[in-house]
Amino acid sequence: MSDSDFAKPVTYRGGGFKPVPVAWIGAAFLIALVIIAEIGTRTGIISALTLPRPSAVLETFAELYSSGLLWKHLFPSLSRLAVGAFLGAAVGIAVGVAIGLFSIARSALVPLVAAIFPIPKIALLPLFVIWFGIGEGSKYALIAFGTFTPTVVATYGAVDAVDRGLIRMAQSFNVPWWGIVRKIVLPGALPGILSGLRVSLAIAIILLVAAEMLGATYGIGAYILEAGSLYDLERLFAGVTILSLLGIVVSWAIGRLERRLLAWRG
Amino acid sequence: MELHVEGLSHAYGPLTVLDDINLAIRPGQILCLVGPSGCGKSTLLRMIGGLEQPDGGQVLQLSPPPTESLNPLTFIFQDFALLPWRSVAGNVALALEHHDLSAGERDGIIADVLARTRLSDFADVLPRQLSGGMKQRVAIARALAVRPAVMLMDEPLSALDAQTRELLLDDLVGLWTRTPFTAVYVTHNLDEAVRLGHSIAILSRRPGRVREVLDLDMPLEGRSLSDPKLAKARDRLWESMREEAQTADRELADV
Repeated sequence: MSDSDFAKPVTYRGGGFKPVPVAWIGAAFLIALVIIAEIGTRTGIISALTLPRPSAVLETFAELYSSGLLWKHLFPSLSRLAVGAFLGAAVGIAVGVAIGLFSIARSALVPLVAAIFPIPKIALLPLFVIWFGIGEGSKYALIAFGTFTPTVVATYGAVDAVDRGLIRMAQSFNVPWWGIVRKIVLPGALPGILSGLRVSLAIAIILLVAAEMLGATYGIGAYILEAGSLYDLERLFAGVTILSLLGIVVSWAIGRLERRLLAWRG
Repeated sequence: MELHVEGLSHAYGPLTVLDDINLAIRPGQILCLVGPSGCGKSTLLRMIGGLEQPDGGQVLQLSPPPTESLNPLTFIFQDFALLPWRSVAGNVALALEHHDLSAGERDGIIADVLARTRLSDFADVLPRQLSGGMKQRVAIARALAVRPAVMLMDEPLSALDAQTRELLLDDLVGLWTRTPFTAVYVTHNLDEAVRLGHSIAILSRRPGRVREVLDLDMPLEGRSLSDPKLAKARDRLWESMREEAQTADRELADV
């Protein structure tokens, strides 16, 4: 280079477009929001009718806990969630794998699932009561039905995305059909199935409240609905917070499961 | 085991990809299939191995496969086709699990083939931790484990960089020299073909036809491209392919 007077470093123009999770930012942001709400309601900038005071919600929650009512509400909800979501996810995965493997299942069920998916399951509440009675059966059914459709769609998408090269390889080694399904299709579809479960289980929590509209005395959903009809915002928020925490726990559990089962992804 | 390809033809819709292919795959020898991209050489290999059905003609097995062979026609793929969730040993085991072998026999075979491909120290490693060359050696170990009668290799070195390719080529020559095997080796790389082929079949571009078969009567071991005889063979192949490759390059990819 002869123009040595000009020498300057090349301007950096790469980088960006690569968001990474920053530790504690999530929690800090949430806490900041709560603090703003607390200050707002204490100073009167936000009226008590608009938003309950976070500290009052916490008190309500503490009361709920000390009176022992928390477990009385939480236990039936958790068992409904567990039974309903398990049924829905299990049948959903089975049907999704069948759609991914068999032409007839695919042709028959894909339109059916597309037709069922957009129906708000809550609209079918009366039907579920007729079919399964007013007891636990209809609650399980509602949650299972709501979990089923997103699980099916995620599962057959995941089966479709399994590397056909691996299947052809297994065929070239004469691996029997069932062996190919068990050793290649299912493990290959697992990442997609698990990320589908994240969505399905969140939907299951949403439907828990709907299910408990069906004459449940105890349950988080029943608790929220009762508070709502009385415009008791503190109790409403205490109940909603429990659902949020439930969502976080489920998502964390799936995260753990992914790290265990999908360690090979690195 | 000897295989004959007889009058094989295939079309994808209106597009003829293979037209009246006749080839002899001789026992204990490596047949290289070379041709410009899109000439159907990989399709032909899949038909020889029973992974695809030709529209016309047939692939004949001239003798029953040796009884000790677990999987007579065994593939090695360009993209390795390793299960990412299984370790090196687990990937080899996949080819053996459905055969009637005791756990001890199976472990013995796995240990043996990993030793032959110099992978013994990596038995418990996952594929993502391996370099491309090592991945292909795992695939070769898996193929050896089922004691193939014919190895069907679909551009096994094409996904590797030049240095690794050279090393693996030496490995393949070494494996063959120790125990000669029968193989069909598909490649677009003429250097690989003249290093490994006992005979080299040149396919023309679409529709794929056998343009000529060149026999190379030299021992595999010690073949070097600096050998004038080999260089001459390579140049002859290139002359024969050049025009085809040029035309193929200008064709629109609409398959």
